Amino acid sequence: MSLQATVSPRLPASAASGFLAVSGLACVRGERMVFTDLSFTLAAGHALIVRGPNGAGKSSLLRMLAGLLRPAAGTVGLNGTAMADDGIAWRRNLAWLGHLDALRTTETPRETLRFIARLHGRTDFQTALTALDLDSLADTPIRFLSAGQKRRVALAGLVASNVPLWLADEPTTALDADHAALFQAVLGRHLAAGGLAVLSTHETFPPSAECHELELAAA
Amino acid sequence: MIPALLAIVRREVRLSLREGWQAATALLFFILVVMLLAFGIGPDPVLLRRVAPGALWTAALLSCLLSLDRIFAADHYDGMLDRLLASPVPAEGTALAKMLAHWLTTGLPLTVFSPAAGLLMNVPAAVMPVMVASLAIGTLLLTLVGGAMAALMAGSRRGGLTIALLTLPLYVPVLIFGAGALDKALAGKEAGHAVLFLAALLCAALPLAPLGAAAALRE
Repeated sequence: MSLQATVSPRLPASAASGFLAVSGLACVRGERMVFTDLSFTLAAGHALIVRGPNGAGKSSLLRMLAGLLRPAAGTVGLNGTAMADDGIAWRRNLAWLGHLDALRTTETPRETLRFIARLHGRTDFQTALTALDLDSLADTPIRFLSAGQKRRVALAGLVASNVPLWLADEPTTALDADHAALFQAVLGRHLAAGGLAVLSTHETFPPSAECHELELAAA
Repeated sequence: MIPALLAIVRREVRLSLREGWQAATALLFFILVVMLLAFGIGPDPVLLRRVAPGALWTAALLSCLLSLDRIFAADHYDGMLDRLLASPVPAEGTALAKMLAHWLTTGLPLTVFSPAAGLLMNVPAAVMPVMVASLAIGTLLLTLVGGAMAALMAGSRRGGLTIALLTLPLYVPVLIFGAGALDKALAGKEAGHAVLFLAALLCAALPLAPLGAAAALRE
């Protein structure tokens, strides 16, 4: 199975701003070929929404972009620098949010976000708390939060990292309609500031010029 | 990178102090084992002193062994390990920070309270400095060696038991030289060599254990 998806035809070849380039990516899980020859480019200010049925390789694609899974073939580059050349420099540009929230029940959202900010060499985490409407919950131990509130804390970690590329697996899981819209607004601001995002989701995102869709076929 | 590493250490220590008094558990286990041995062996001061090195070191070793799987397993299951591995902090740094935090919450309190356990085993005050020094170095060594094994088994279901089986043979040299140092000191002989040998092992383990752990975590 071969799959080609050129997502942003308006890629500014000599752009000063960042762009993500994926070329010839292949994913093998177990003995199974999940996808091969996946190529796309994504310019700064744009998001890629990865869709597809269960097992189509959405999470695997995101894990490869985060450097958590080694591609069977192909290259990934940001601003012309390949991930394989300098892993740490690559990871400095990205924030990862898997389908798990990565939260500990005894911590508070404030402690969690302060930690995530520090992990990326930042000090500001207050902006992230406010952006995801968490100010009133900042000092509540996470064990008292609902699933949707926990997801918002996890999403606020993307903001607290303050990096160009967001990678998020099913970001809006468990969110109510208002907070899903809030996250889309936060994402919109991130893109407007020249950020990039690759998200996998089964939910509908309102169509916009910044969001492109990549449909992965069932393996 | 240093602030990020300190942030990891601080978080680990905070979590282990909060989550079910895990730090106190390791210390309590150590004291209890020594206490039970002292009761079991009976009130013969000469015999107690004779078996003190083996008893103290076995208790310290088991206490460390029991808490090894919490170094990486919890973060693996809640998704934080992925977040750490996708962060700009090198995996070696993450592993070292988590191991140091483990020592701060198990080996260090155990070392600090070891004179109390020593008194139970009729260890004279003059030998306490050798006992404390060898335990301080030895428990850090136990954490580093065990931590590398814990990283290897981070994703495994029966991690706890397998870690113990993998680690035990590697703990034997530490046990022999640690108990040996105390044995020599109790016999009124020069114990410096054995302590120095432990320190030499530590010098080897300090870089090697995080390297091995990082290689295991990245897979």
